[in-house]
Amino acid sequence: MALAIGCRARPGKARDNKTGSWRVFKPIFDHGKCSRCGTCQIICPEGCITEDTEGFFDPDYAYCKGCGMCATECPKDAIAMKQEEK
Amino acid sequence: MLEITEGSMAVAEAVRLCRPQVVSAYPITPQTHIVEALAEMVANGKLDADYITVESEFSALSACLGASAAGSRTYSATTSQGLALMYEVCFNVAGMRLPIVMTIANRAMGAPLSIWNDQQDSISLRDSGWLQFYAEDNQEATDLHYIAYKVAENPAVQLPAMVCFDGFILSHTYEPVDMISQEDADKYLPKFSPKERLDAADPISFGMYATPEYYLEFRYEIDKAVKEAAVAIRAAGAEFGKMFGRDYSALVEGYQLEDAETVIVAMGSICGTVKDTIDEMRKEGKKVGLLKIRVFRPFPSEDVAKALKGAKHVAVLDKNISLGAKGATALEVKDALYGSGIPVYDYIIGLGGRDVRKKDIREVVALAEKGKGDQFIGLRKEVL
Amino acid sequence: MADKSCELFDAGHRACGGCGAALAARLMLKAAGPESIVVSSTGCMEVFSTPYPETAWKVPWIHSLFENASAVASGIESSLKKQGRKEKVIVMAGDGATFDIGMLCISGAFERGHDITYICYDNEAYMNTGIQRSGATPYDASTTTSPAGSQSFGNKRPKKDMPAILAAHGSPYVATASIAYPNDLLQKVEKALNTVGPTYVQIHVPCCTGWGFEGEQTIAIAKLAIETGLWVNYEMVDGKVTKAKKVVRKPVEEYLKTQKRFRHLFKPKRQDAEIEAIQALADKNAEKYGIDIKIAKKE
Repeated sequence: MALAIGCRARPGKARDNKTGSWRVFKPIFDHGKCSRCGTCQIICPEGCITEDTEGFFDPDYAYCKGCGMCATECPKDAIAMKQEEK
Repeated sequence: MLEITEGSMAVAEAVRLCRPQVVSAYPITPQTHIVEALAEMVANGKLDADYITVESEFSALSACLGASAAGSRTYSATTSQGLALMYEVCFNVAGMRLPIVMTIANRAMGAPLSIWNDQQDSISLRDSGWLQFYAEDNQEATDLHYIAYKVAENPAVQLPAMVCFDGFILSHTYEPVDMISQEDADKYLPKFSPKERLDAADPISFGMYATPEYYLEFRYEIDKAVKEAAVAIRAAGAEFGKMFGRDYSALVEGYQLEDAETVIVAMGSICGTVKDTIDEMRKEGKKVGLLKIRVFRPFPSEDVAKALKGAKHVAVLDKNISLGAKGATALEVKDALYGSGIPVYDYIIGLGGRDVRKKDIREVVALAEKGKGDQFIGLRKEVL
Repeated sequence: MADKSCELFDAGHRACGGCGAALAARLMLKAAGPESIVVSSTGCMEVFSTPYPETAWKVPWIHSLFENASAVASGIESSLKKQGRKEKVIVMAGDGATFDIGMLCISGAFERGHDITYICYDNEAYMNTGIQRSGATPYDASTTTSPAGSQSFGNKRPKKDMPAILAAHGSPYVATASIAYPNDLLQKVEKALNTVGPTYVQIHVPCCTGWGFEGEQTIAIAKLAIETGLWVNYEMVDGKVTKAKKVVRKPVEEYLKTQKRFRHLFKPKRQDAEIEAIQALADKNAEKYGIDIKIAKKE
């Protein structure tokens, strides 16, 4: 790839960096407890939680850093942080 | 059209003809007449630009940076302390490859504070990646602005450019200057249309940071661009010559050089005094000549070496000094002549507005022919 | 109204897990939408989002220097005006870049009245360089250049009141917000964007790495800052405070004890005088902005 004049870039390549590899703890989403409030999606610093067709939420584990903010803020305790098996 | 006009006014008019969309400059002696004239032009509808009265020179160049990245042709002017305050932004603008053109009304650096002319200010930014043009007279100062924009905005260049002219000596002096028409200016310098700019239609991140894996290559590319800008400068200078009869395709210019034994090398308005002295000395039978350097960055090493091939003594006049070492031009000329065996002598002259007379030039020639150099000219022993 | 479902800040950026600033960037862009140009100062956000050639920004973005984002934004705004373009110009800068080294440029930009929106993400120190004290560092916070020690309780000065300074410049809209209340943050950013002239939103973004707490607590700690009165969410319209978030106030200790940067106030010995001084700051805030919910006494 030729060097971009002036050190510039178009969007896209950030996604090459799979920050999911940073995880120590993994969030497990329990749709049974979920009230579909959307708080987890709003507060995720990676923006990697998406809504499915039924209104439930799931993280993209390719990017989820396992910070646990979603688990802490979920009003229904529907997200649990589990140590990841490597 | 030929007019008798003050240097600053001629420059301001040339800038007006280049149609900058954003002007952002902070007042500093001796550049003030330029920015005042531009403000008046905007106020009277003669210049269709947004004029930002910034809070410092640092902010002036930063605002130009933003405007240029957003797709506008921009302009600023400064000198001395103001240019020094812009130091950080200068490196930034060149690294971001934005084609800003800035006039430098050359002035000495403090301390001690001095409002008078020498070239320390712009010379001290020779590392920054900006193209540097030095004008001998107000005609050159005027013409070099059209050429600077054309070269800077050339897609093969994309570098900022400084047009330097000696403060007070040129900026505040009335000389006859031929001003081109707006129609001709538009023909020579078309609208600024950068391929990349800040635009929601094509989002780009400007000014990212480079890890050690990339930085070296970025600097290599900028260096290459500065060096190869010589090609664009020659082309733009030749085109100007074809359109207006004044050819700027050469980065250096010889005067009475062909059979000269002692050659003076100089930049800026001092060349006028040197030429007058050469005329006198030639009548006395002395074989002296001048090599004027008009483009300092990229430094035209090959052109200098070729021009000085036949010289027996080379006397470089420097209106600057790298304190603890030598004048910048002398060091570059020495490098260009390395291996030739031709002696190069450095003369620090005219600092802080010290007047340079024909007798000073004669003294330089005499010293060079005696093999004496690397010294200050005109020191007042009674003051030391 | 911008489409709140769009993500204009790509995952894959290198912020710490639990980063408040990353969340602030994501939320700010939801309010701004794609017709924006963002100017970032040097700092955490710029560094974790743009290591060449990876950029997380899906809007046009520019970084120049640490202290000149406001001047660069002024130039962009001027250029867009001449070109007849409508993109919003937004500065996104940290507290160091805003309160300290950027004072010259922000003062000039606001005095000249450029139509820009300045968002300061306030994590209360120079985080990217390793947690040094800034003009936004709160009283008694320990940083590497204002460390707690046998002769010191940490930072000796209260937070500089940047919102007041910019309101004094004649800014038509100044607000403080927090990632603890994302919808409020979005509303305020939107209001700032839609108000003509230079507007300012200061967003409280707790920093787990710099303040010393687990990343999962970022929102919780942001809430505590507001609930103790050490951070007040308010709006100023044409220089007058129009709205402040009311709380049932908790004692400052509940906020201070959650963060390592205040640990010296509790260990090895509890520093009552210092904690009282900080409580006094919170009480002053409460009175100044009228944030206390008065609970009627039951007879």
